[in-house]
Amino acid sequence: MKLLIAGFALLLVCSFIPLFTGRNTKTAALSVIAGIFSLLLLSLNPCIESLFTGGTFEISYRMSIPFANFAIGMDPLSAFFLLPLLVLSGLCAIYGMAYMDGNKHVYGSGRSWFFFGMLVLGMSLATVARNGLLFIIAWELMALSSFFLVTFDHHRKEVRKAGWIYIVSAHFCTAFVFLVFVILGRNSGSLDFESFQVLKSGTAASTAVFIAALIGFGSKAGFIPLHIWLPEAHPVAPSHVSSLMSGIMIKIGLYGFLRTLTFLGDPPLWWGVTLIVIGASSGILGIMFAHAQHDIKRLLAYSSVENIGIATLGIGIGLLGITCNEPVVAILGFAGGLLHIVNHCIFKVLLFLCAGAVIHETGEGRLDRLGGLMKKMPRTGICFAIGSAAISGLPPFNGFIGEFLIFLAALFGITTMILPLSLCAIAVIITIGLIGGLATACFSKAFGMIFLGEPRSENTAVHVEDPGYAMTVPMILLSVFCLMIGLSGSSLLILLCAPVSVISGLSLEACAAGLKPASYPLTAIAMLSSLMIILGVFLYTLRRTMPRSHLETKVPTWDCGYARPNARMQYSSSSFSQPITQLFAFFLRTKSKNPDTAAAFPGKNSFSSETPDFWQEYLFRPSVILINQISAFIGKADNGRIHVYILYIIVTVLILLGFHFFK
Amino acid sequence: MNDFGTFLFRAHAGFLAALILAPLIPGVINRTKAVFAGRQGPPLLQLYYDLFKLLRKGTVYSRTTSWVFRAAPVVTLSACIGVLMLIPCTGASPALISFQGDIILFAYFFGIARFFTVSAALDTGSSFEGMGASREVLYAALAEPAFLLSLSALACLNSKISLSGIFIASTEHPFANIAVIALVAVTLVIVLLTENCRVPADDPNTHLELTMIHEVMVLDYSGPDFAYILYASALKLWAFASIVVAVALPLRTGSFITDSLIFIFGILAGAVVVGIIESTMARFRLDKIPKLLIAAAALSATALLLTLTRG
Repeated sequence: MKLLIAGFALLLVCSFIPLFTGRNTKTAALSVIAGIFSLLLLSLNPCIESLFTGGTFEISYRMSIPFANFAIGMDPLSAFFLLPLLVLSGLCAIYGMAYMDGNKHVYGSGRSWFFFGMLVLGMSLATVARNGLLFIIAWELMALSSFFLVTFDHHRKEVRKAGWIYIVSAHFCTAFVFLVFVILGRNSGSLDFESFQVLKSGTAASTAVFIAALIGFGSKAGFIPLHIWLPEAHPVAPSHVSSLMSGIMIKIGLYGFLRTLTFLGDPPLWWGVTLIVIGASSGILGIMFAHAQHDIKRLLAYSSVENIGIATLGIGIGLLGITCNEPVVAILGFAGGLLHIVNHCIFKVLLFLCAGAVIHETGEGRLDRLGGLMKKMPRTGICFAIGSAAISGLPPFNGFIGEFLIFLAALFGITTMILPLSLCAIAVIITIGLIGGLATACFSKAFGMIFLGEPRSENTAVHVEDPGYAMTVPMILLSVFCLMIGLSGSSLLILLCAPVSVISGLSLEACAAGLKPASYPLTAIAMLSSLMIILGVFLYTLRRTMPRSHLETKVPTWDCGYARPNARMQYSSSSFSQPITQLFAFFLRTKSKNPDTAAAFPGKNSFSSETPDFWQEYLFRPSVILINQISAFIGKADNGRIHVYILYIIVTVLILLGFHFFK
Repeated sequence: MNDFGTFLFRAHAGFLAALILAPLIPGVINRTKAVFAGRQGPPLLQLYYDLFKLLRKGTVYSRTTSWVFRAAPVVTLSACIGVLMLIPCTGASPALISFQGDIILFAYFFGIARFFTVSAALDTGSSFEGMGASREVLYAALAEPAFLLSLSALACLNSKISLSGIFIASTEHPFANIAVIALVAVTLVIVLLTENCRVPADDPNTHLELTMIHEVMVLDYSGPDFAYILYASALKLWAFASIVVAVALPLRTGSFITDSLIFIFGILAGAVVVGIIESTMARFRLDKIPKLLIAAAALSATALLLTLTRG
């Protein structure tokens, strides 16, 4: 454990180096990368030990701040989040080194690397913190450093606007996180996690903690309607930063939520139901909005909302399983939720890195301007295809395995015939089924618009090629992870057992027994998936042995006899998503500018459509306007005249006196 | 060991029977339609001739396409073969692989096939194919919950969550709950028609690219690639039909050969029913199809609720 602290210290020091490197961005990046990997190496031993044995380690130093102790600890849940976090951050940093290299920023990118290191430090500290105040410090470190990373390009107006939305929502969430620890600490008189007694369920305190955690951690994780910062902040940040934020940082929100659950007693029924409602709405609406977007990074940001929804469904069905005393359902639900969290880390980072490579090469992130990149950037294209299939939950990739475990929990839940559990399980099955279909729609669109067909605009087609190794190697590694997890079968369950036992409060043996029903199915899936790959290879060879397979004629695409199809006539992103946006128009409210074709000889015309965020338009914008109006009204009272202020004081004193006498 | 030998033999026999007999289904459908229209119609074995002819031809590729276009037929066919490994292909034959929750893998194998078919359609850069792809993904997204719900209803009714378990239990207690079975069967038929691009969701014989859904996506395929695609869609029809038949025709005599024959007869009878539906109905307007699918999902949700309240 002391080595772990040394790791943190190393990362801290390495993060400060970029501040002094001036314009030498390579050195800056290398020092942060070195910091991240040394922390990874030093944390490897306790992480692996606790993941496999379920052991917990703690170490605590006194700090001069009241209530704060430098208490850090390692248990399976922390290890389960910390390991992927560090590996993926390391890969993002390597990618970022090449990504930022061509960036001619006025201040150089040294500062950006400082904040990058700080963000990784904050996230990893949050996963091992064992004191409420230390957790909040880490949490704030994470929020502030990511704010500075988002606003890297602060000369652009939309970047400043996005940064503003992000910082407000980050502090909104910090306020509630603070509340969680205040209530928990009030009972025990200390903010150390180990002193927190388990709150009895049904008490006002535990309800308050649950709701505060739901809002506080939920707005970081991106539950609808608290998700509004995601589609704003991710598109404007540099790509390796958006992948770090969307792939990893939002999971720290879920970590916080899961950690809070361990301080609470047996969950009442409505907790599980609430989580399932939140998960279902985040999942379905997230993917619908993603499908309606035309900007690749905005699309990916909304899809993060969707995936957080899926993970929440798993956690929700897990809680219901505990409430209804069905350990198998509970354990499979939690296991599915946890696995989906890690899976989403992997493929979302992968997709953001691929999107970044596209933007880096073409300077364009709008789907309707891209196309045909598969021939120019084959490696990026293949990685994006793998990421898309994985995020749509398709076998043989990792996304399917996580969703499968949640499905399995739901199917077991239905067959228990316990009415509330069965009903929620039905809801979970409908939701994940629908999400799966819509995700396939969304990501086949993204993949098709960027990489397939012909380039939709001239300037995105010239001088485009795969980026250098520093950028492609992380993408290829992540694609390999996607396939590896998809094919690893029941060995995954060994890794999931200990973290699930921490969340569910069941013993390790009980968890191993609860995961047993999933063991054979996972092996069978791995077997069938590998068989499918082999069969594919076989069918391909068979096809090559056909008598005239060598006869290939190259022609233009068949367009019903039209002889001169051009790239602008291809189906575009908005036309592809039109059937879905139309069907769900009551919610998506896609705004389109239609061409005026009434005249006999219509002139030059254009069509455009965009889908603004429903909640931002109809919930947050009006409420911010209302708050501004109220503040303006109250502000009138603050008119700078001293005699009026004295009047206020007298009136206040009189009212207080009145209270005193009439009580 | 002997038991295991019988099991292996039967599983493989059923699997092979499905692989060999599947191209009969489109033949039966087309023959039924021809009889209704008073035409002589193509021979029953037309698809076999077509496949044989196509496999020996050269191919024409669009210049726009990339490896995705060439990979799609292979992926689609291997996914459809993979699905057949999960189901007891001739009812009485056991599935090659069976595990708890394989109903989900069934749906998602078709998902990966769809992902590649849609991507291949976008790969050609033709707006007609894009149009077909965009409609296909919407209908598939809506058909998936309906399908999973109806299988969950069966799972709940029989307390089994694997396809083989459902198949066996539904023959042991045929028509355990008539109302549930009827609702599920209707849902499954609607899903079958949509997923396999039949009337009323899609018309495989339409002449206008603008109105096609599935057919337009494979417009640019030719030669062996097209043969793979046609064969894969025949296998897909077999897979869906066998679930419907297992639920709606749970007749068993106990003899492996007779039971298999009854089941195959059932599947062909299903093909006749599809032919009758196609002959007597017009295709729905495009915006009606989502409503049909949502209605199907509602039916199977009702079936599930009925099962739950019974228990």
